[in-house]
Amino acid sequence: MYSEKVMDHFNNPRNVGEIKDASGVGTVGNAKCGDIMRMYLDIDDNGIIQDCKFKTFGCGAAVATSSMATELVKGKTVQEALQVTNKAVMEALDGLPPVKVHCSLLAEEAIHAALWDYAEKHHIKIEGLEKPVNDISEKEEGIEEEY
Amino acid sequence: MKCIYLDNAATTRVVPEVMEAMAPYFTEYYGNPSSVYSFAGKIKDDMEQARATVAGILGAKPEEIYFTGGGSESDNWALKATAEAYANKGKHIITSKIEHHAILHTCEWLEKYGFEVTYVNVDENGRILLDELEAAIRPDTILISVMAANNEIGTIQPLKEIGEIAKKHNVFFHTDAVQAFAHIPLNVDEMHIDMLSASGHKINGPKGIGIMYIRKGIKIGSFIHGGAQERRRRAGTHNVPGIIGMAKAAQIADEKMEERMAYECKLRDHLIERVLAEIPYSRLNGDRTDRLPNNANFCFRFIEGESMLIKLDQKGICGSSGSACTSGSLDPSHVLLAIGLPHEIAHGSLRLTLSQETTMEDIDYTVDELKKIIEQLRSMSPLYEDFVKKQGK
Repeated sequence: MYSEKVMDHFNNPRNVGEIKDASGVGTVGNAKCGDIMRMYLDIDDNGIIQDCKFKTFGCGAAVATSSMATELVKGKTVQEALQVTNKAVMEALDGLPPVKVHCSLLAEEAIHAALWDYAEKHHIKIEGLEKPVNDISEKEEGIEEEY
Repeated sequence: MKCIYLDNAATTRVVPEVMEAMAPYFTEYYGNPSSVYSFAGKIKDDMEQARATVAGILGAKPEEIYFTGGGSESDNWALKATAEAYANKGKHIITSKIEHHAILHTCEWLEKYGFEVTYVNVDENGRILLDELEAAIRPDTILISVMAANNEIGTIQPLKEIGEIAKKHNVFFHTDAVQAFAHIPLNVDEMHIDMLSASGHKINGPKGIGIMYIRKGIKIGSFIHGGAQERRRRAGTHNVPGIIGMAKAAQIADEKMEERMAYECKLRDHLIERVLAEIPYSRLNGDRTDRLPNNANFCFRFIEGESMLIKLDQKGICGSSGSACTSGSLDPSHVLLAIGLPHEIAHGSLRLTLSQETTMEDIDYTVDELKKIIEQLRSMSPLYEDFVKKQGK
């Protein structure tokens, strides 16, 4: 059901992990729906993304899209990273099954959420950036309900 | 790579004895059993012998067994035809929240045509709440349909108690026994079962064949209209190889039931004990003892089912999950939600269903690989990261 590229990124995800004292961290998704992505960005003084890492709870497509998204934003400027759309992520992965398209949207939102956090921390405004709908960074305490 | 097939609740392998029994009915005895000539006579006799075999396993009379196209057809027939035939008595049906979709979606369809359906709750192990069931019965209740054993979590329902309640209130009792037939002992008289659905392919028989048991005296009509086959109750040329194959499979399964149950329980318990002891934050879903011998169903926190299934597949292990991602919808399994699991935990479920061909080595290999996979997926889960940080505080 998945392309070779998706399987490659699922089996060998690039840039898994955390960045300590990251410039921006964003978490998007919904555990109820089975997908949560967290993106860490390390952005230098010139506004260039030096490093990017991720952690994802989700299906094969969720892991692969987050992995590809980190690859696509690494080395880019903040403005360039903003242009990495879900379509770009999907194309880079040679497509996704229709029921998994929402995973690529989540990857785009994860980048935006991390950039939003960066902008807030540094009191700057990034032209064209809006707070993602599925941003749950502030609600992290309650992500995992006990049972 | 070796294939370790642990999805026997989905379907099973046709065993060679069944293949051999079926083969002549494709090429040699291919005649239509409804025909007059003697060539068809032997085929009809063999088919009736197959019917008697299946009836014997359930403690039923041969004329109470009807061959159908499978479990889903039998479920549809039982519900829709009972609704049609007894609508004058009432338009209320009772079922459980954890039925197979062949029952639940049929109930939803009936609701569109003016029937009312009560979906009775189950406890945390998936056992139907008998008090709630009895309290749901009304003067216009015509049918109670509760599955014999759950396809996801393996919980076996108290059929005898349900049957007694139904009998006491003069309501028909149908059971979807697709997962239970020829796996565990069933007796339609002892359990007061009025209608029962079963399938061939869950018992090492062929696909596309099933049965419906209808107690004598129940006046439900046809579901598939056409010819006069099956005493005018189920039209369509008989699937003779399927009928012969299902009966053969049922006969073998019934003869070896005790031995197989003991063997599968031993493997299943070893699997459950190892997983719960060696994988942190895991839980068993379903009843620990009132459970199908071949079923194990777990939830692993902080991870998602589909990722786990893909990684197991890469190690040659076939399992299944109640995760949303495997079904194409965003909601996880209705069964796991009904036993009270929150969505995020229900997403991380894994069902492993064994057979008599599964070995202890298969189980140990599966647990060994599963441990590594879960560790790997947790290492990249933001939920696990948060949990560990919270613990450290």
